[in-house]
Amino acid sequence: MAILNDEMIAEIRAYFPRYPTRQAVVLPALHVVNAHLRYVPIEAVVEIARLLELAPADVQDTLSFYGFFKQDKPHGQTRAWVCRSISCALLGGEQLLDHMCRRAGITPGETTPDGKLTLESAECLGACEYAPCMLAGANLHARLNDEKADEFLDSLT
Amino acid sequence: MPEFEPVLLANIGKADSHTLRVYAASGGYAALRKVLAEVPRERFVDLVKASGLRGRGGAGFPCGLKWTFLPKDHPGPIYFCLNADESEPGTFNNRILMEDDPHQVIEGLILSCYATRATTAYIYLRYEYPTALVRMQSAIDECYAAGYLGKNILGSEFSLDVYIHRGAAAYICGEETGLIESLEGKRAWPRIKPPFPAVEGVFRKPTVVNNVETVACVTHIAARGVDWFKSIGVPPDPKNPRDAGSYGPKLYCLSGHVERPGCYEAPLGITVQELIDRFGGGVRGGRKPKAAIPGGISMGLLKADEFDCPLDFNGPGRYGCLGLGTAAVVVMDETVSMIDFLHNSCRFFAHESCGQCTPCREGTAWSLKMLDRIKAGRGRLKDLDLLLEIGRTIGIIPGTTICGLADGAAWPIKNAIEKFRDEFEEYIRRTNPKGYMQTEPVPAFATLPVVTGSR
Repeated sequence: MAILNDEMIAEIRAYFPRYPTRQAVVLPALHVVNAHLRYVPIEAVVEIARLLELAPADVQDTLSFYGFFKQDKPHGQTRAWVCRSISCALLGGEQLLDHMCRRAGITPGETTPDGKLTLESAECLGACEYAPCMLAGANLHARLNDEKADEFLDSLT
Repeated sequence: MPEFEPVLLANIGKADSHTLRVYAASGGYAALRKVLAEVPRERFVDLVKASGLRGRGGAGFPCGLKWTFLPKDHPGPIYFCLNADESEPGTFNNRILMEDDPHQVIEGLILSCYATRATTAYIYLRYEYPTALVRMQSAIDECYAAGYLGKNILGSEFSLDVYIHRGAAAYICGEETGLIESLEGKRAWPRIKPPFPAVEGVFRKPTVVNNVETVACVTHIAARGVDWFKSIGVPPDPKNPRDAGSYGPKLYCLSGHVERPGCYEAPLGITVQELIDRFGGGVRGGRKPKAAIPGGISMGLLKADEFDCPLDFNGPGRYGCLGLGTAAVVVMDETVSMIDFLHNSCRFFAHESCGQCTPCREGTAWSLKMLDRIKAGRGRLKDLDLLLEIGRTIGIIPGTTICGLADGAAWPIKNAIEKFRDEFEEYIRRTNPKGYMQTEPVPAFATLPVVTGSR
């Protein structure tokens, strides 16, 4: 069973001319697959390895280092990172994450049963002037409080 | 002294400041045009060397000097890596430059590649900056269309290709050799140096790694000259022969308990107090300050009575901190518990240690376990000395680990406990009245799973 479809393979191949080695395409390839599937199952790792002329272990070794790519099942339609590093923590970032997890009925790292949302704690999102903040998909949510967080959660349903 | 005129943030706030049209309207790419037409590469390197520009990413290494470590007459390719993996807690100046004035960064990148003879540049951009990704990519596309990138730039002999390479949320990729390993498609385990990247870097070729703000400064040195750059900041300390000075403008990130958090440009050497008062609008809610991080969390802590600390490359070191770091100041008011601060710091470093060196991997995890225990009311006074010893072993004594992450983990421990010891002792006595004097080992605590086996 092929996990990588033609579109993904074409996107991955488009990275080849950028680098003198195929191995350098590992991270871009993982991002391509993740963008399409919201996870990178082990079968995809094997197929990426074949495409990049590497051992599957090479790809899996890199993947497992980052903790960013899920392998068991896709993350939610929206993946939201709530910052818990110092600037956000000083302004209630940790309580915010607790609040959102309670509202969504999940713990950090989990996905809601309807598959709409994955909530995760993040280390510094680099938006400390907007603390406490959250990155949901490509959108930064600035200066959050419980009410704004609730609005965000309600907007997903 | 003449009035300080911001240059790094000069365009920011204008409508469409991220476009080539707006950047060019304010004189953008004139410096590149001038340098490519009139300044030979060696002279341009000398110019940047003479400016005294030091790396803005955290280590403060002289930029021009770094460039001269490249082998002369190297026949093969030279690579340039733009370090845009900004992840130091409290730091966001690179994000602002890339989102709101990407052409300033790219002009500096092209000039830096010209100086170093690099023909391929990779921008290692952290995953968490999706807007910067869009803005930087569209700026690169505009540059190719306008002839600022690609073959024979502006009719010169110089050609350059620029690619963005996205990270995957790992702090260690900001360490230059961790970045290189990650770029090569491997786990981001920093390399033992030497060889330094200038000799053997990415794809085993000579490589320069510079920070986003550093190359932005190169743009302005090219445009305004060495004398202008050296008229800003702090000259070398005459009593310290190893001090290279702290010249130029600097972006200061201000966050935490201030009225107006943000990124502000000032001459190197502004004090923490001036930064809070002039730019930050004071401590939030009129409260008293308690402490501040001088340059990202790994630099340690200043007490409120140390806010006269100048934020140049030497200042924080004189106040017992690790250094200037990224010049990201995080202000904490009187309500903040230093136990919570240190717990946050230890958790960050335990999470971000790459696991390669045993002292760092074990030391950061152990210190977090101790802080978990202290916070939960099971602390012992002895733990404070143990924490200091861990800090010493993993990072304060140089050279026990491959990269500087452990130093950054150790300094907050050292500063927090040495500067706020009374608070830690009081907390431990109060929350653990029966056990605070205990000296025998404490059983494994709390969050660890209990392994029962599968009988």
